[in-house]
Amino acid sequence: MDTDLMIRIFPFFLKAAWVTIQLSLLSGAMGLMCGALGAAARLSRSPALRFIGATYVSVIRGTPALIQVFILYFGGPQVGIQLEAFEAGVLALGFNIGAYMTETMRGAIISVDRGQNEAARTLGLSRFETFRSVTLPQALRLMIRPLGVNINALIKGTALVAAISVVELTYTAQRYIGSTYKPFEMFLLAGLLYMAIIYVTGLGVNWLDRRAALK
Amino acid sequence: MGLDFSVVPPFAGALFTGALWTIAITVSAAILSFFGGIVFAVIALYAPRIIRLPFRLFAWLFMGTPLLLQLFLIYFGLIQIGIDLPAFVAGVIGLGLHYTVYNSDIIQSGILAVDKGQYEGARTLGLSRMQTLRKIIVPQAVRSVIPPIGNNMIALLKDSALVSVIGVAELTLSSQMAISRTFRPFEFYVAAAACYYVINLGLEAGLRRIERRIQLAR
Repeated sequence: MDTDLMIRIFPFFLKAAWVTIQLSLLSGAMGLMCGALGAAARLSRSPALRFIGATYVSVIRGTPALIQVFILYFGGPQVGIQLEAFEAGVLALGFNIGAYMTETMRGAIISVDRGQNEAARTLGLSRFETFRSVTLPQALRLMIRPLGVNINALIKGTALVAAISVVELTYTAQRYIGSTYKPFEMFLLAGLLYMAIIYVTGLGVNWLDRRAALK
Repeated sequence: MGLDFSVVPPFAGALFTGALWTIAITVSAAILSFFGGIVFAVIALYAPRIIRLPFRLFAWLFMGTPLLLQLFLIYFGLIQIGIDLPAFVAGVIGLGLHYTVYNSDIIQSGILAVDKGQYEGARTLGLSRMQTLRKIIVPQAVRSVIPPIGNNMIALLKDSALVSVIGVAELTLSSQMAISRTFRPFEFYVAAAACYYVINLGLEAGLRRIERRIQLAR
């Protein structure tokens, strides 16, 4: 193993890891937003909104994320959406993981005991108040871990935007594989950085989960 | 430039061939990852430490890194050590190994969930350790974890799009070739997405049938 080379090019990988972190943070935030909207739509009383929510989840989860990235980045200009590769990557990844988060959030909300809802309504709380101060706090606690799993998948999923030439970790690794002919070393460098990012995210999820746990 | 989906039908044949390749890759990698997952699970649970450790390390590396990165490693790495595999084979190995690790995780929990009495009963009846695993434990474990493995197979179908980057002419790359002739990315990527969606529906229906069968067999 060529450790000299690995040390020499490590700074380039660190810079690329920062891009991967930015991609993850931005698309993660967007995913949470899409997930919240999607879950609200799927649980709404309006059949039209329920249909839109269900279609969003089914179409996005039924097609490859790579194709979704391509449609937005390469197909976007045909319908008047001109985006930089990084922006297209963030939007497509966020919209994609949002569909998975929709199901996570919906699952957490409907697994809160029905009796809680009925009791709150009986006590005179409105539908909205019941959701806000009874159902949601309990559901939030249930969704932290599964959302963490979604985020974990998202971090690895950011590698897809290497295909539209965003200079993140996988793209950088691929470029250095091409120029150094050392695939194993490059894989190790990029792989360890991915795992470091995922590890730190995991610590954050654990911390949130502990804080939210019932004392 | 407006949208014009009439550019798609002339390439329907090419897309169809691409879709067949997508199915071929998915099925091959699914089979590899299913049996690989069983082997991995048994090794992770029962093999002596010296054998178990490298497998653990491998699983840890493959679970924590993106599939695309692994495909680059396998495709370029094998060439470097003198093995020049066709892209299709490299793609199947990459996808297969990736999902082997995920399936192994599920199958391990399935094996651990099989009642201990089954093992003891089989040993008492005179079966060897290996026979007990092969004929008693693994079949029951696999049956109980078919639904989560099915979910992995659905994910595998979608991830098969990634092997287009190492040059396998499946559905995604076929649509890219059509795009390079027509300069109509939107239409062709949407058409490819529709094909994936249809294949996905078929796969889901197939998995539901298998699950029902297993439930009946119980």
